Amino acid sequence: MHIVVCIKQVPDSAQIRVHPVTNTIMRQGVPTIINPYDLFALEAALTLRDIDGGEVTVLTMGPPMAEDALRKALTYGADRAVLLTDRFFAGSDTLATSFALAQAIGKIGETFGPPDIVFTGKQTIDGDTAQVGPGIAKRLDFLQLTYVARIASLDLDAREIKVERRAEGGMQMLKSKLPCLITMLEGVNVIRRGSLHDALRAARSQIVKWSAGEAGIEDLGKCGLRGSPTVVKRVFAPSSRAEKAVQIDTADKALRDLADELIAAIFARQPALEHELAFEGGSGQGA
Amino acid sequence: MVEEKFDAIVIGAGMAGNAAAFTMASGGLKVLQLERGEYPGSKNVQGAIMYANMLEKIIPDFRDDAPLERHLIEQRFWMMDNTSHAGIHYRSDDFNEAKPNRYTIIRAQFDKWFSRKVREAGATLLCETTATELVYDITDKVIGVRTDRAGERILADVVVLAEGVNGLLGTRSGLRETPRPETVALAVKEMHFLPEEVIEQRFGLKGNEGCVIEAAGTISRSMTGLAFLYTNRESISLGIGCLVSDFAATMESPYALLEGFKNHPSVRALIAGSELKEYAAHLIPEGGYKAIPQLFGDGWVAVGDAAQLNNAVHREGSNLAMTSGRIAGEAIVQVKCRNAPMTKRNLVLYKTMLDDSFVLKDLRKHKDMPALLHTNSHNFFMRYPQLISLAAQNLVRVDGTPKIDKEKATTAAFIKGRSRWGLVSDALRLALAWR
Repeated sequence: MHIVVCIKQVPDSAQIRVHPVTNTIMRQGVPTIINPYDLFALEAALTLRDIDGGEVTVLTMGPPMAEDALRKALTYGADRAVLLTDRFFAGSDTLATSFALAQAIGKIGETFGPPDIVFTGKQTIDGDTAQVGPGIAKRLDFLQLTYVARIASLDLDAREIKVERRAEGGMQMLKSKLPCLITMLEGVNVIRRGSLHDALRAARSQIVKWSAGEAGIEDLGKCGLRGSPTVVKRVFAPSSRAEKAVQIDTADKALRDLADELIAAIFARQPALEHELAFEGGSGQGA
Repeated sequence: MVEEKFDAIVIGAGMAGNAAAFTMASGGLKVLQLERGEYPGSKNVQGAIMYANMLEKIIPDFRDDAPLERHLIEQRFWMMDNTSHAGIHYRSDDFNEAKPNRYTIIRAQFDKWFSRKVREAGATLLCETTATELVYDITDKVIGVRTDRAGERILADVVVLAEGVNGLLGTRSGLRETPRPETVALAVKEMHFLPEEVIEQRFGLKGNEGCVIEAAGTISRSMTGLAFLYTNRESISLGIGCLVSDFAATMESPYALLEGFKNHPSVRALIAGSELKEYAAHLIPEGGYKAIPQLFGDGWVAVGDAAQLNNAVHREGSNLAMTSGRIAGEAIVQVKCRNAPMTKRNLVLYKTMLDDSFVLKDLRKHKDMPALLHTNSHNFFMRYPQLISLAAQNLVRVDGTPKIDKEKATTAAFIKGRSRWGLVSDALRLALAWR
């Protein structure tokens, strides 16, 4: 079995600062991480490999420094890493990205064996579109299983996979033919800690680096900025929701009564809130 | 799986570990380096000033691509009381030389760069990997380590302990004692973001010029301690450190001291309008020469902070770390080239070479300083700063009091504060310890 996992190197959003004057995101010096959603996809892929055998190839498109993300994926236990890097890819939106990745997956299939499953995370934390996974599936003409919470079973002989998919109002059990593309939900597993052997192998592995040409992409008009119809119209910082919080001194009876009155008025409008707070009441903070 | 064997395993990717790994890898050894942080520098904390000379001996052309902040052209020493500072400033255009002597750096960036050089030299680096125990053979020689990752032990001819002041491997294995509260300082540090041009304006700098302030006095609340303020390219690092035993005895909290320093009228204006970027805390070995543990044994050597190689008197640490790492690396390469085993007998070469270097010469010179400053902390860090401030104020304030009366008042204050005998004795002991 051959599984391809698409990952993305993203800025660590926990460490991004907004410039106090210009309101723009200050990317300089912000550490990068593997998109956290992709780790759930990687772990799902590694688990399947451990059960059924085969290989896991991780793929990313990005600048040369995206190699760090791939090496980390190897440390977790992936077998092979492919970096798609070329200045022609700069400025790609989700349409151009899914085109380039789909082409690269085709090339991976030719080079290392056709993939049975392609995994992606549900979405990225920097783009938040959740479009690239489905875009790849469409271009490869793979069946797509999005928002998957659990792989229920995999039958390689029958070339069938069963998954649980989270949908509005419940869980769906879906059966699909292979090959397929799966986008994994967050919080459904925990990425493993690679063994010493994996860590050593990752530190020494050569990462496969492909330019657009090497990945077999001929139509450069579909890549990068030229292949991206999306236009960013404006970037702005959201205004803060609450101006300030005031702590009421409940030792003062008049103020305490006022506070009680206020809380009662809020609960009258939002009965659900009262229920929720009562439910959490065990933590002791009270309303 | 077959157990892997390396020529050397280096524990830690700080200044000492990188220097050792670089030197050994460049010397053709098969080197594995283990770092518990996510990347080299992610857990490393320093002020930080980097001394060029010691790095030049390892990477001569480091200025080409190392992430350096500012080269220092001005040094200020401040004696502070609660409202004032009396100081010595030394600023020289001579420091605007082609190859400047000292730089401010940000360790998170610098260590990444240094580590890249180590890997380019051929060493293998594993991050997020903690060495948990040493592996011994039947003769009690160290032959490798176990890690917190699943899998076999990893073997090597020699293990270089560059795990820092609080490294657990050496203390757990009984190679050295856990640092004692009276031989380590706890320093807290903050980094404040300010635009480049504001920093240049406030400190009278241009281009990459930098300024350093080091301060002692009532800010450490009569404990033995030192505060600092360093200019980076577009941030200011400032912090304060005192002995752990003093913190324990006084129940002062480190952050309260740092707040006090930041809010001192002499400092407040320098960091006004800045944005707090990060905060950190770190233990600093302060015991000096007398606190240095055993530096080598059968199959192992200790370098840098792990070996307490820190010159608290001159506020130098990373250069001793780099140099001890380099020398350990050179000694190991020499032993290896002779095809000799990495025994205690052969690794004594490291100690011999270190004895001959500035590292142990400097520490030996000041071996009595820590004890002197630590036992007289109230005088040196509370009384003298106040007296000096009073003297300076008497000198500059013009209020119609005859000069002779002012001078008498100053002298009287010194004698009242510390007694004639105390003054003479402090001066003598300081001179002796410094000699």
